[in-house]
Amino acid sequence: MALKSAMAVTGVILVLYLIAHMYGNLKVFSGQEAFDGYAHGLRELGYPLLPESGFLWIARIVLLASVLIHIYSAVVLTLRARKARTDRYQVKKRVQRTYASYTMRYGGILIALFVIFHILHLTVNVIAPGGKSDSPYERLVGGFQPEFWYVTLFYLASVIAVGFHLRHGVWSGMATLGFNKASRQGKINTVAMAIAVVVTVGFLLPPLAVTFGLVS
Amino acid sequence: MNITLRVWRQKGRDDEGRMVTYKLTDVSPDMSFLEMLDVLNEKLTLENEDPVAFDHDCREGICGACGVVIDGEAHGPERTTTCQLHMRSFKDGDTITVEPWRATAFPVVKDLVVDRGAFDRIIQAGGFISAPTGTAPDAHANPIPKPDADRAFDAATCIGCGACVAACPNASSMLFTAAKVTHLGMLPQGQPERASRVVKMINQQDEEDFGGCTNIGECAAVCPKGIPLDTISQLNRDLLGSLSKGIG
Repeated sequence: MALKSAMAVTGVILVLYLIAHMYGNLKVFSGQEAFDGYAHGLRELGYPLLPESGFLWIARIVLLASVLIHIYSAVVLTLRARKARTDRYQVKKRVQRTYASYTMRYGGILIALFVIFHILHLTVNVIAPGGKSDSPYERLVGGFQPEFWYVTLFYLASVIAVGFHLRHGVWSGMATLGFNKASRQGKINTVAMAIAVVVTVGFLLPPLAVTFGLVS
Repeated sequence: MNITLRVWRQKGRDDEGRMVTYKLTDVSPDMSFLEMLDVLNEKLTLENEDPVAFDHDCREGICGACGVVIDGEAHGPERTTTCQLHMRSFKDGDTITVEPWRATAFPVVKDLVVDRGAFDRIIQAGGFISAPTGTAPDAHANPIPKPDADRAFDAATCIGCGACVAACPNASSMLFTAAKVTHLGMLPQGQPERASRVVKMINQQDEEDFGGCTNIGECAAVCPKGIPLDTISQLNRDLLGSLSKGIG
């Protein structure tokens, strides 16, 4: 019973994080100094109240817990839904459901795999086709060079999946938290669509700009 | 009209079941869908075959007994009950697939008949008010704002047909439960048990093996009574309120 509330609350945390993350990424257009300075500033956020990188570690723990709770709830609820209809329809028509709503689960799996790759790629820098670097800016620029078009392509697909996930997720989370009154449904749908589009475009701009040589 | 029917036939709960094809000629476009099935059954009876079992009662769209999935849509292509669907909604020569509601919580009894006892048990868990008997109070003793009364009545029109469960990709009964929670929650008589009602009904719903709601909205889109989707949001709000008060 609390599983869906858990999905909604962790979903809200993750959406807020994504928006902050996207904002940071866009600093790439202000040059290497601004981008690296921003990344470094995150480590010193809250200092001296918090130890060096203290804020970063709190954020990481909250995010990891949110992701794990989100995935756990999704798996349990998916299994429950499977059990709720074991005999499938011979013919099934979609009446009004959106593409985003019925790809939530598949999209979620793709996003989970992408997040693992993304952390290994640009955070930990274990996977570094463009060469390792201590500068986040160089990691980004090196990682999306035109010869690594397949990396950019994977990012493209994954970020679009995130967009679809948010399109239905924001709407669904708001309903689970009890906000979707009939009078507000139009607005919530618009906001869900806006967040999905802004996050998708915002995350795609930096890698595409690098691949097409606008940022070097 | 000439119609080809593909109908789900299942002898009993334990039978595997299969689609069987029947051809019907001279179907009138003015027949209701159930009358068309009556014609099929008369034909089958004359041929010494077992007639197709299906639920029906009032045939006026108000009892909620009938309901089958027609061409992949609960109650068929029109937003009404199966009894109020007419053959003019189909074309001459059409092949129509007829299946029972499919949900673990609604086991098939025979052919197109399913056991919807799970709905009754959800209502028994909390979908009622406890009122002392005695003289009826004066009609104006409890003033109720018109918008609240309208919303309660809209939700109360649920006939418990089960189309919401049939259409839901998760086989969730959320719209059914939400309709009752909203109906009673909008009225003063429903207030004393409001906080515990939603918890008890949701617990029963989970116990009956319905799936969880993912707010896709197929339920409200096929509901013959037009129960609004936002009743689900109202249920969620009541549920979170109860949980935060430690009820449940």
